[in-house]
Amino acid sequence: MNAVFILWLRQLKRYSRSRARMIGMLGQPILFLLALGFGLGPTFARAGHGNYVQFLAPGIVTMGILFTAVFSGVEIIWDRQFGFLKETLVAPVSRPEVVLGRTLGGATVALIQGGIILLVCLAVGFRPAHPLLLPVALLFMALIAILCSAIGTAIGSVLQDMQGFQLIMNFITLPLFFFSSALFPVSDLPEAVRLAVRLDPLSYGVDGLRGVLSGGFVFGAATDFEVLGGLAVVMLAIGTHLFSKIELKVDPAHQEDR
Amino acid sequence: MTTAIIEAHDLVKRFGSFTAVDHVSFAVPEGVIFGFLGPNGAGKTTTIKMLTTVLTPSDGQLVIAGHDPVKEPLLVRRAFGIVFQDPSLDDELTAAENMELHGVLYGVKRAQRLERVEGLLHFVGLWERRDDYVKCFSGGMKRRLEIARALQHRPRILFLDEPTIGLDPQTRNQIWELIRELCRDERLTVFFTTHYMEEAERVADRIAIIDHGRIVAQGDIAALRQQTGGSTLEDAFLALTGCSIREAGAEPIDCMRAMRQARGSRR
Repeated sequence: MNAVFILWLRQLKRYSRSRARMIGMLGQPILFLLALGFGLGPTFARAGHGNYVQFLAPGIVTMGILFTAVFSGVEIIWDRQFGFLKETLVAPVSRPEVVLGRTLGGATVALIQGGIILLVCLAVGFRPAHPLLLPVALLFMALIAILCSAIGTAIGSVLQDMQGFQLIMNFITLPLFFFSSALFPVSDLPEAVRLAVRLDPLSYGVDGLRGVLSGGFVFGAATDFEVLGGLAVVMLAIGTHLFSKIELKVDPAHQEDR
Repeated sequence: MTTAIIEAHDLVKRFGSFTAVDHVSFAVPEGVIFGFLGPNGAGKTTTIKMLTTVLTPSDGQLVIAGHDPVKEPLLVRRAFGIVFQDPSLDDELTAAENMELHGVLYGVKRAQRLERVEGLLHFVGLWERRDDYVKCFSGGMKRRLEIARALQHRPRILFLDEPTIGLDPQTRNQIWELIRELCRDERLTVFFTTHYMEEAERVADRIAIIDHGRIVAQGDIAALRQQTGGSTLEDAFLALTGCSIREAGAEPIDCMRAMRQARGSRR
């Protein structure tokens, strides 16, 4: 367990020391919050859905967690390319422990980023419907963070270089975000989009967080909790499997001996 | 004859149709400095990767410190320390934090860890710099830190893959002095690869020369010289492996490194 802890701590140290990364990962969600929240607000209100910032804030918090957590998976690629991963590969520590430490570290960093975004939302006028339920909101945020971090670990384990990562980031994280109902209400959607929302695991995170913070569940708190928890465990298992497998073929090329 | 701490029997590694290591056998007695020589692409690093559990052999048997690296990787990993060809430190952590992380991963108790880290950092001359980020270190300092780190859990075997490449003669000599001291005092076994023939000649007790995945000669240096009629190990080496220049392919990692360097120099 000490190994899990020290690898978790490493992720946190790296995060706290890189101010640029911290601010960079906050920029996009906050831009979405301000531009969309205030830009589409009047239209949203005229359509009879109420205050858009109130609706949007949980989605933006989820977005921040998603991006930060998946990006923490990138670190596996960096670590592999620039050396540190080898140190963990030859250490007498089982692969599941390494994966758990990294994934929980990435999740914790994402949770902190999500918390900062929630504070920014409060600053621009978002008001939680039930302030007493804030701990439940944090629980949902933690589940989203673990799930997304595990997705990042799985992706980072499979990819060999950063070019590939960008591609998959754009084909996985952005669709996950856009179809998660973070930006729009599920009611009155065309059937195909409604199906996409139902299939998107992140929808259950957005729904849980929105239900707790703004009121109004679509799937129900219990369903959200079960789906997120279940998928987090499944993704952790997949991430562990992929991570363990990739390591044995450290040499992709035939002549690696220089 | 002392017992062997590293034994390889008919070790084979194939990547698709290419055989990187082809029925290699050798034994390294405990407390010995063993030099593993060969031209580029000969199979040195592939062999080290199999010995250190990060690559599974296609065929053959290995026994490292009494254990099979395929079946008991964790026991084998506990028994060795390794300094890789490329740095494997976390640049964003300090020297002391890199040492701490290693100690925790290897289950070194806290009190013992603090004591050893202090001793080892003094040993490699980095104690004053323990709280500096590794990214500020020169190549030689990183190498010394990696050696200190690899010794922290008191391994019985130390693997060094091209340990002194890119180092100045002062640092190189200093590092070898440290290592020889450990072999003498603690019966540490050292398995190293190098391109520098005169280095192997000076420090190794025994050597093996590998080419095209096969061992072409092994034994002590005087015997090798006699075998080939060369006056130096380099002559012997060239007599055994020929004079043609080997090509090793560029991996994605080389491209990445080149990109990173290009980016770094622009800053």
